[in-house]
Amino acid sequence: MDFLHALIVFCNFVAVPALAYGSQLALGALGVTIVFGILRFSNFAHGDTMAFGTMVAILATWWLQSQGIGIHPLPTALLALPIAIAATAALLLATDRLVYRFFRSKRSPPVIFVAASIGVMMLFHGLVRLIIGPWNQRFSDGERFIVSAREFKTATGLNEGLAIKTSQAITAVVAVAIVAVLFWFLNRTKTGKSMRAYSDNPDLALLSGIKPERVVAICWVLTAALATVAGVLYGLDKSFKPFTYFQLLLPIFAAAIVGGLGNPVGAIAGGFLVAFSEISVTYAFKKVLGYVLPEYLAPDGLAQLLSTDYKLAVSFTILVITLLIRPTGLLGAPRQ
Amino acid sequence: MKLLLSAISALAVAASAQAADQVKLGIIFGFTGPIESLTPAMAAAAELAAREVSDSGMLLGGATVETVRGDSTCVDSAAATSAAENLITVDNVNAIVGADCSGVTGAILQNVALPNGIVMISPSATSPGLSSVEDNGLFFRTAPTDARQGQLMSEIVMERGFSSVALTYTNNDYGKGFADSFESAFTAAGGTITASLAHDDDKGDYSAEIASLDAAGGDALVVVGYVDQGGQGIIRASLDSGSFDTFVLPDGMHGDSLTDAFGSNIDGSFGTLPGTDSLGASMLGEIAENAGIDGGSPFVSEAYDAAALLLLAMQAANSAASADIKNEIMNVANAPGEQIFPGELAKGLEILAAGGDVDYVGGSAVELIGPGESAGNYAIREIQNGEFVTVEYR
Repeated sequence: MDFLHALIVFCNFVAVPALAYGSQLALGALGVTIVFGILRFSNFAHGDTMAFGTMVAILATWWLQSQGIGIHPLPTALLALPIAIAATAALLLATDRLVYRFFRSKRSPPVIFVAASIGVMMLFHGLVRLIIGPWNQRFSDGERFIVSAREFKTATGLNEGLAIKTSQAITAVVAVAIVAVLFWFLNRTKTGKSMRAYSDNPDLALLSGIKPERVVAICWVLTAALATVAGVLYGLDKSFKPFTYFQLLLPIFAAAIVGGLGNPVGAIAGGFLVAFSEISVTYAFKKVLGYVLPEYLAPDGLAQLLSTDYKLAVSFTILVITLLIRPTGLLGAPRQ
Repeated sequence: MKLLLSAISALAVAASAQAADQVKLGIIFGFTGPIESLTPAMAAAAELAAREVSDSGMLLGGATVETVRGDSTCVDSAAATSAAENLITVDNVNAIVGADCSGVTGAILQNVALPNGIVMISPSATSPGLSSVEDNGLFFRTAPTDARQGQLMSEIVMERGFSSVALTYTNNDYGKGFADSFESAFTAAGGTITASLAHDDDKGDYSAEIASLDAAGGDALVVVGYVDQGGQGIIRASLDSGSFDTFVLPDGMHGDSLTDAFGSNIDGSFGTLPGTDSLGASMLGEIAENAGIDGGSPFVSEAYDAAALLLLAMQAANSAASADIKNEIMNVANAPGEQIFPGELAKGLEILAAGGDVDYVGGSAVELIGPGESAGNYAIREIQNGEFVTVEYR
């Protein structure tokens, strides 16, 4: 019984939140890794691309709500997703046209692209703040819980509750669906194959009749979709604030790099690794250990490795360790 | 040069001659800056008290009261210091009502009031640090310190039978100061604080903080934060994960946005908010309204009371000099004596002129304790059926 209690506490505070957060990071890292695979640079504007997509989704949600359109018990924001993805894709394509294409035509080295993407990041960040403001926005509606902690306790008669939020379940389902479609697209369709060919060797791909600009455009549309979905899911689960999204860049990069930049499977694995590390390293295990261990061994302190203030430091540590020990990432191929 | 010197001495003579039939009060609030929306009403209330005394014609045998405003900016100590310097050296004020924010109040006290020996009464500086500052008996406040609220809250938590609570505070001076005073009072009374954790205000997600607090355990969660920022996030994360459902709420957490967000999910949560149901509060509200001031605006009664106390103390000391006033302020503010309410300043002046005693109650039920600060009056509020309900006043 005590073991069961410990398991429930662990699920409630670590496993379930980390699964949801990990899915959000995985989708974000997939976007970063695709840009890196096709366009060969680290896109620092990704966090703010997520913020832009989420902002459009919020504005569309408000409009839908004012029209009385909704899909109760699911959040209205899901309906707003297509609009947000379209707007974000348009923004990214325009940015590519105005910024990155110039550097591509000059065959600039990747570091120039990275520097340009930092500029784009600041521009997007400012744009989002200008339009929706720097404040916190909550836009989730519909049923908040699938199982609330109180319901769980009364239903099972246990002392500890397990809450599963609708947003967490949606995150998991949507993430699985998106990843499945993405892998199908990359591995089974002609366009996907041409993208992988371009990624492996742009010149050879050109010789085989693949149009580079078309591949680049599709890459940005995919990125827009992944970023917007990741951003909206994160916002539904937690809340939307431009600065938080800017900060998300660090765990997302840590996830992409630990899995191996350019490797989609690695990005997903990295997302979950970072999420579980962040949450379990800063979680106070006092209660869990109190249930599992015999009384004389139960900790007096919080049994917490790091204060929650250092959450971001965990991703940073993972990033540094990966770069030091295995720069190509866990699943990345060693450099030729 | 000689001409200039004689001009200055002539001015000085004129100023001292003037002092006999005219009293000057400096009013130094942040008319620009972060609380500029509150200060106009506060200043108007202080001026209202001054006008009331002036019109009565009974202060020091018929002296009139003039008020001069200065801008404390609330946050810029250098600007506040020079504004106060100006009030004292150029305008020759006899005493100061102000300042407003704790930081600039301390700066003015140290840099200007203390060297010049000028009495100041702040209606709104609530930092516990000002209780122990060296002031030569020149500094008073009609607002209670945050430390006082921490003690009171500890008493209430105990009375309601919570002997073990977790505590989280917003990561700034207010939060830390409040948490410290609550923690020391609560542990001294035999309670246990299972965890004391700071939270930052700009996060989107507080589930990690709640996870730690939940692991520490406790019967209730004390949330020293802001209702529209981290405090609300903490409560949301706590309800989401089903850890705490009773919250103890200090002043920063009392807002309709809290009950709008959580409704009856937080029924049974309770807390303290500065406020009084005394007769004086409603009387002040009435005269403020007649003068076109919003009596419900924060610190309006405290500002009125600060000015009234200074003028009553002058009457009691039979002098407008700060050195004499400072010894009388506690006497006119506290029992024994005839209770004086807002709008009755003339009556107070009359009693004092006749050599009697007054106990100034004013709009905020003033009772000065310790180093000359208000004991404070608090409304104890509880959330019932998704609404804040005032259960008692202390």
